[in-house]
Amino acid sequence: MLAGLTRNERDLSLVILAALTLVGLLMAIAGRNDPFGVHGAIVMVICILAIFAVIANYYAPEPGEDRFDRYYDEPTKFGIVVAMIWVVVGLFVGDWVAWQLVNPNLTFDAGWASFGRLRPVHTSGVIFGFGGNALIATSFYVMQRTCRTRMPDQLSPWFVLFGYNLFCIIAASGYLMGVTQSKEYAEPEWYADIWLVVVWVAYFVLYMRTLARRKEPHIYVANWYYLAFILVVAMLHIVNNLAVPISLSSVKSYSLFSGVQDAMTEWWYGHNAVAFFLTSGFLGMMYYYMPVRAGRPIFSYRLSIISFWGITFFYMWAGSHHLHYTALPQWVQTLGMTFSVMLLVPSWASASNALLTLNGAWHKVRDDATLRFMMVAAVFYGLSTFEGSFMAIRSVNSLSHYTDWTVGHVHAGALGWVAMITFGSIYASVPWLWKTKTMYSPKLVEVHFWLALAGTIIYVFAMWNSGIIQGLMWRTYNESGTLAYSFVDSLVAMHPYYIARAIGGLLFLTGGVVAFYNIWMTIRMAASAASETPRDRPVPALQPAE
Amino acid sequence: MMTPFGFHYRLERKAIGLVLGIILVASIGGIVEIAPLFTIHQTVEDAPDMRVYTPLELAGRNIYIREGCYACHSQMIRTLRDEVERYGPYSLAVESKYDHPMLWGSKRTGPDLARLGGKYSDEWHVAHLLNPRDVVPESVMPAYAWLARTPLKIDDLGNHLAAMRKVGVPYTDDMIANAKDDAYGQAKPDTPFAEGVTKRYGDATNVRAFGGGTTVTEMDALVAYLQILGRLTDAAHKTAKAGE
Repeated sequence: MLAGLTRNERDLSLVILAALTLVGLLMAIAGRNDPFGVHGAIVMVICILAIFAVIANYYAPEPGEDRFDRYYDEPTKFGIVVAMIWVVVGLFVGDWVAWQLVNPNLTFDAGWASFGRLRPVHTSGVIFGFGGNALIATSFYVMQRTCRTRMPDQLSPWFVLFGYNLFCIIAASGYLMGVTQSKEYAEPEWYADIWLVVVWVAYFVLYMRTLARRKEPHIYVANWYYLAFILVVAMLHIVNNLAVPISLSSVKSYSLFSGVQDAMTEWWYGHNAVAFFLTSGFLGMMYYYMPVRAGRPIFSYRLSIISFWGITFFYMWAGSHHLHYTALPQWVQTLGMTFSVMLLVPSWASASNALLTLNGAWHKVRDDATLRFMMVAAVFYGLSTFEGSFMAIRSVNSLSHYTDWTVGHVHAGALGWVAMITFGSIYASVPWLWKTKTMYSPKLVEVHFWLALAGTIIYVFAMWNSGIIQGLMWRTYNESGTLAYSFVDSLVAMHPYYIARAIGGLLFLTGGVVAFYNIWMTIRMAASAASETPRDRPVPALQPAE
Repeated sequence: MMTPFGFHYRLERKAIGLVLGIILVASIGGIVEIAPLFTIHQTVEDAPDMRVYTPLELAGRNIYIREGCYACHSQMIRTLRDEVERYGPYSLAVESKYDHPMLWGSKRTGPDLARLGGKYSDEWHVAHLLNPRDVVPESVMPAYAWLARTPLKIDDLGNHLAAMRKVGVPYTDDMIANAKDDAYGQAKPDTPFAEGVTKRYGDATNVRAFGGGTTVTEMDALVAYLQILGRLTDAAHKTAKAGE
């Protein structure tokens, strides 16, 4: 795997890993009475394992100068496998906490296994572990193909993937120990946040260096979305995580902002994590894999320009719709609502651009579960962006906020859109990357598709029902003018829906396990001596006369 | 004249151009909505009577954060009739002025806690945290029995207060220097350390054996925090009265 590194890169990676091991050691010593020390030990162990991995390949033959005739896909392969590990873990924990709401005794009197600590393991596991790795892995694949050039070096992509997963592991293990900033979707503490900035800068630099080497005068639309994902996530991450640690040997920090400013910053971040992590990046994925798989060009170039800049501009105003009727000044709430409604225009422009791309290929959608994953993803993207704009309207939000409706909405987007487009893209890439004709079992792809769709629909319907019932019960008055239901009454009414939701989640998880097995078997059956296809090479015949 | 699409046709040939364009376009929303919140005086009301969290309450708040309580409980009563009748006066911005970070929450799997302080006895809270189903049979909240078994870490509370002061909370040198003793004293009313707590944080401060155990545990801290929710200032009640 690491034999693709040149001798210099092998040396440099050893230096970096040795330095990180030292940092881990210092953390372990300084924080020996604190979870900080545990994290130091984890950093050390992981870096030492990585050092062994590099040394194992240290005397392997170096890649020659002819490597530039080939795309560099080893990191993408690694990223896809890691993403699949994260999705199984993340979905498992998600379903576990779903069952905890059915039966709260599934905590087993252990702090680490309680709902409040496991929930961020689920959210970070699926969003950052699965989604993030899938985005990074596919972005490496897509940027090389659409620029018709190889990445400039071999070390940077490995640094990005290694560093990113180190961040994810620190995050998830931290939650189990109760290490959290409590900012939703930005829970990791200050030291993990700083490390992520380092990794992210390396990712950005790698992307820009690859773009600079492109043999294609125009930058393809998928790259705009990946670029927006990288840049804006960096902005959001840095501003929202500003904090003062209590010491350099403790995990704990205090947010720089407080109260209303902190709330606005958090939801500016939170909503745009949805926008630029869960939407922009995955649109990049869709803009490459869907047309390639369907064998059709993107329906409209102009529509993609409008939707790209519309999404980039409008989304950033929408965060305050998470704070309707709160202590946030009303003018900010109104702005958030207005822009959320306007956001429907670029969102539906994207969704319809995707679906219209399939015109002329609908017979493929019928026969090919991989393409069907992508089609259903585009449909759910359209549905959940409509729902999002609707829920951002203040009077609708007064009912939906704080209820399971929000949870249902998030999962319509996360399961229906993000996971489906990712599974579709992964099923498309795996045979290309490992040089097999098809997946190990196209039938299992079909099985996964129906499990995922059924799971999503059960989940979302259960949460719509419970959310709306909850919201209505909270505001119902009886004839004497007092509140008709106690809070506990509404909780009891949720029980059947919580069971249904956990079953929907279980189906989706089962699908994820099936996918993991299928991908694993495809890798095993891949013949190592398979001949190269044109997909591996920047096609020389088409090079412009530069 | 160049059409917008013609302009874009040129822009997308320049990586740096795209990068700058994205940064510019994406910055506007946040700048317009967030920056004024720090300067406009109306954002946060005045509340001269507002006090800071005691070290024990702050430690309890950190346990609330650590256990992810905010995932199921909000601390933000909206300006809606049913919420005000169910939970109490709607939340004011000033009430979370010293909350680094805020814990407004986004989901009510359990009820809002913004006005929880003083609503139930310490004994109720302890019983509820040990096993919620003993007092609310239908509850789906996890049991937090281990809090009563875990001694509270108090030796670094001075560092916590000092960090809070760096982000703008008016802790005095006296408070920071005595953080550890005050945390102990607030849960141990019969010890000489108890006196300093009311001296530094006001006579209205709860000084009680919250968790009821022999040592100071995490249960003491969490219950102390839950009992102060909504009671750092009277501003919300005053606003509600004035509006009647």
